[in-house]
Amino acid sequence: MQNSEKRSMTEVHNLRDVAIIGIGETQIGELWDKSLRELGIEAGLKALKDAGLHGDEVEKLYVGNMSAGKLINQEHVAPLIADYAGISEVPSTRIESGSASGGMALAEGYKAVASGMEDIVVVGGAEKMTDVGEQEAKDILSSTADQEWETVFGATFDSLYAMMARYHMDNHGTTKDQLAQVAVKNHANAAKNPNAQYPRETSKKFVKNAPMVADPLGMFDCAPISDGGAAVVLCPAERADSFDGDPVEIVSLGQGGDHMAVHERRDIGTMKATERAAKKAYKRASVKPQDIDFAEVHDNYTITEIMAIEDLGFFEKGEGGRATEEGKTELNSDISINTSGGLKAKGRPVGAVGLNQAVEAVLQLRGEAGERQVDQPGYGLIHNIGGTGASAIVHILRRWS
Amino acid sequence: MPIPRFWREIKQRYKGIGSRCENCGKIYFPPRKICPECRRESFQKMEEYELEGKGEVVTYTKINEPHPEFEMLSPYIMAIVETEEGARLTGHLVDADIEDVEPGMKVEATMRKLGEESRDGLIYYGYKFWPLDR
Repeated sequence: MQNSEKRSMTEVHNLRDVAIIGIGETQIGELWDKSLRELGIEAGLKALKDAGLHGDEVEKLYVGNMSAGKLINQEHVAPLIADYAGISEVPSTRIESGSASGGMALAEGYKAVASGMEDIVVVGGAEKMTDVGEQEAKDILSSTADQEWETVFGATFDSLYAMMARYHMDNHGTTKDQLAQVAVKNHANAAKNPNAQYPRETSKKFVKNAPMVADPLGMFDCAPISDGGAAVVLCPAERADSFDGDPVEIVSLGQGGDHMAVHERRDIGTMKATERAAKKAYKRASVKPQDIDFAEVHDNYTITEIMAIEDLGFFEKGEGGRATEEGKTELNSDISINTSGGLKAKGRPVGAVGLNQAVEAVLQLRGEAGERQVDQPGYGLIHNIGGTGASAIVHILRRWS
Repeated sequence: MPIPRFWREIKQRYKGIGSRCENCGKIYFPPRKICPECRRESFQKMEEYELEGKGEVVTYTKINEPHPEFEMLSPYIMAIVETEEGARLTGHLVDADIEDVEPGMKVEATMRKLGEESRDGLIYYGYKFWPLDR
């Protein structure tokens, strides 16, 4: 038994090792001139080019997309994107799990390759959110909460996270200053990311003085509404060296679940889905939280990052706010959190978020992250939450050698 | 919200009818067909149970940017309330000043108008909460 715990996820489950051999990403922002299919294609083609592939090698396409049906009145978007990418013959499937759609799509792509079913798999994520007004986009985001027992009574998506923030403040002494510091840090990182929606720094004073959305969360505690796409190309790791892109291995993944409605959870200041996902991912990779050098965590609100860095085991429960305030999550500090700028400042094309995170992790592990490069990272972790935390997915990555 | 979708839940929204697991005694709201604790053992043993409507605030927020339907009420207080029976639910807290709200505050359910479809359309009613000590 002791021996088996030291074996890798792929050995234990008799799977093949999987590598990411290509990455692609669009600019994130309010992209009036780009449609959903264009965003998907741009990201996918960049990823194929990065891997040195033409497209006819692709055996399967997964598309992470949260709500094209509501946002652009278009369902069945996976074959749509495949068609306009010139690979209409390739089987394609859309994966939906709220804002974790991208991360879940990556997990499906991983399984397809690890199992031996497919060799070359493209996993893309795309979301077109600004064809509807901001209010409508926010309502669509809140449809990932329980519509019949939360939102119909007047709860907004913001307010559900605001209640988590209030609970965290009351129970762990987290302060508005600490929340603001998450935004300040992530904007500082985004300032070094050319694809970010808001590539500029901000100050704690500015964040704290922003109009209140749902107390204690102000406008600058919230991630924006964004358009964007991101994609990766996967292959069996044993073949990874025969492609152009510098390969990165997906060492393990873990998925977790929790009650749909926030009120159903006994400890509202903890995301059990994250804890459960992380526990599995760490075990399967035989690593500990302390082994992780950088992480892209789901920061749709500032409070979400604070809960995430606790629930992922980087800091003790209740210490996330203080750790952030002390600079322990800044670039090249104890653990570099959201080097890309996160959902907060890099942007939130909601169904693509998990793939945006994967792209950042690959850039970091290849040493291609430019000004925001983490110093010689070993392991990177990416963490994607669905809705208010009823689903979560964690992947652990490292350079393939 | 389509009329049948609301109509199906009138009993719960108007009268606070949840369910009680006859296997372990735990009370749920909204009602569940299966007790998450007992699962298979609870099948066909979930009985209707009417909540008293009293409870206390677990946590809360003041919403400044509401859904357009609730614009007229803005800013308003949303709270997660734990009922005396142990079930938890989310609701609007009315007739209370935000300064007075704190975890543990005693509240009671009250039947109110939640919204309406249009001038001539369906009117939604349901529970909101107000302070027990008012």
